[in-house]
Amino acid sequence: MRFKKIFRIKPDSSALLMLIAMMFAFSLMSPFFLTFGNFQIVLQPIPEIALVAIGVTILMISGEFDLSVGSVFALSPMVMVLLMSSGVPLPISMIGGLAVAALVGFVNAAITIRLGIPSFIATLGMLFMARSLTIVISGGFPPPFPRDLDLWWIVGKVDLLRVSIFWLLGIGIILGVWLRKFDFGSWIFATGGNQEAARDMGINVKLVKTTTFMLCSVLAGLAGMIQVFRIKAIVPSMGTGYELTAIAAAVIGGAALSGGIGSVVGAVIGALLIAFIENIIILTRVDANWFRFAVGAMIVIAVTINKMARDASNRSKFKDNEDE
Amino acid sequence: MSELHLSVRGLHKWYGAVHALRGLDLDIPKGQVVGLIGDNGAGKSTFIKILSGVHKQSEGQIFFEGKEAHIRKPRDAMDLGIETIYQYTAMVPEMSIARNVFIGREKRKWGIRGFGLLDQKAMAKEAMEAIADVGLHLRSADNPIKELSGGQRQGVAIARAMHFRSRMLILDEPTNHLSVKETNKVLDYVRQMREQGVTVIFISHNLHHVHEVTDRIVAFSRGEKVADLMTPDTDVTQMIDIIT
Repeated sequence: MRFKKIFRIKPDSSALLMLIAMMFAFSLMSPFFLTFGNFQIVLQPIPEIALVAIGVTILMISGEFDLSVGSVFALSPMVMVLLMSSGVPLPISMIGGLAVAALVGFVNAAITIRLGIPSFIATLGMLFMARSLTIVISGGFPPPFPRDLDLWWIVGKVDLLRVSIFWLLGIGIILGVWLRKFDFGSWIFATGGNQEAARDMGINVKLVKTTTFMLCSVLAGLAGMIQVFRIKAIVPSMGTGYELTAIAAAVIGGAALSGGIGSVVGAVIGALLIAFIENIIILTRVDANWFRFAVGAMIVIAVTINKMARDASNRSKFKDNEDE
Repeated sequence: MSELHLSVRGLHKWYGAVHALRGLDLDIPKGQVVGLIGDNGAGKSTFIKILSGVHKQSEGQIFFEGKEAHIRKPRDAMDLGIETIYQYTAMVPEMSIARNVFIGREKRKWGIRGFGLLDQKAMAKEAMEAIADVGLHLRSADNPIKELSGGQRQGVAIARAMHFRSRMLILDEPTNHLSVKETNKVLDYVRQMREQGVTVIFISHNLHHVHEVTDRIVAFSRGEKVADLMTPDTDVTQMIDIIT
């Protein structure tokens, strides 16, 4: 009964259980898994994919979908690097890149809401358009990345971690609190959970969805910038396929495609699980081509567990509530 | 007759080429329970959607307590004290009872609407009180709506309407998907509303229910008002004749 209650309240609890189980299993499979050096390697790219997954999750909670995040992951930093190489200072270049990401999110929202096109199709179109734009504005050649920048504040190394992990923590906590404890967060859940009810009860669902589309794009753009800062180079093809990884992380973390369900913590756990699977495959020298198989299997397992938990809690309805 | 609560004059609504409401005039005094009957497509739902701010009239005026009212969105209707119980349950199944009661009108500890920290304790407490006030006894306001039965959900919807000091309650086929026992409960709620002096507009296909709980019956057909009778002066057989 208590066990069921935990599942009922927290959609991400099955992801957390999977994470614990896998870390335990992986530490038995390889003696190197639970070492500082290994964690340093695994955690380095985590902020990037986790930020994208958080954005996708919040958008999915509001009942929509974004396939263009992988392209925005490249477009937004490309704008930033091009601005920098024409002499614009770093902070203003970043704002410029993020503004372009926000604009992409706004256009996604406008096509979806105003024209009534399903977001799956609207953002599929944007996936191609934003990727193409990235290549066009770069002129076909990756622009040089300025070498003399002080980037400690965003990707500097602190012991075994990079500063970017604290950005992830900070942004994650802020967005998590915003979702759970603020009225706008409640509107996001309501809009995805029952759009008609949300509208009839006076929630501006168009505003809610425009906000989540723009937030999703901006997070993808920021994540792309962090990656560019970390590897100190930019290629127009970066982030290709990230949309699927981010959606996988969101779904493994408990977000439902139908909307109204999901959490920031779940998105981060989902991103961690995918990274750990890749890591154990490398550590145990399994053929790397099994990676996608493992991620695919985990998506199916996670969704199955979530569905079973939800069905179990639905079966217990009425009886616990009648108090007459 | 007591003070007028609602008056509409020359209300028209077109959906493209469809003329759904053709010049409706209607006066409803304070505290009256009005049954709205009519076949599908008669214009009942159109009228209700205009009053609750989901659609805007194409032509005509609405007067609320003597003053002209411009209802452009659901919040405008709510600000006038018009609360609507829809035929579908306007609830988010995954969200808690407390959050559903305060959906769109959350209580804040801090901040402004749209950027406010939720006062979850106060919402849970007031939700339980509101639910108890309509005679429904639920264990916890933190449980999700999906765990409630259809009748319990409509009970929460009515509690929500009452909590926000509804002065005019619109029930649009509230008993559509409910069992007999649950339906009786909803009809009881309507009687309670009458005792509390709330003006009620009650829409139902079930003429027996309408006859049972209303003071007055207004019939619509093809977007026009075709009958307007005090309930004691009519019976279900006559009502069937009017709308068919």
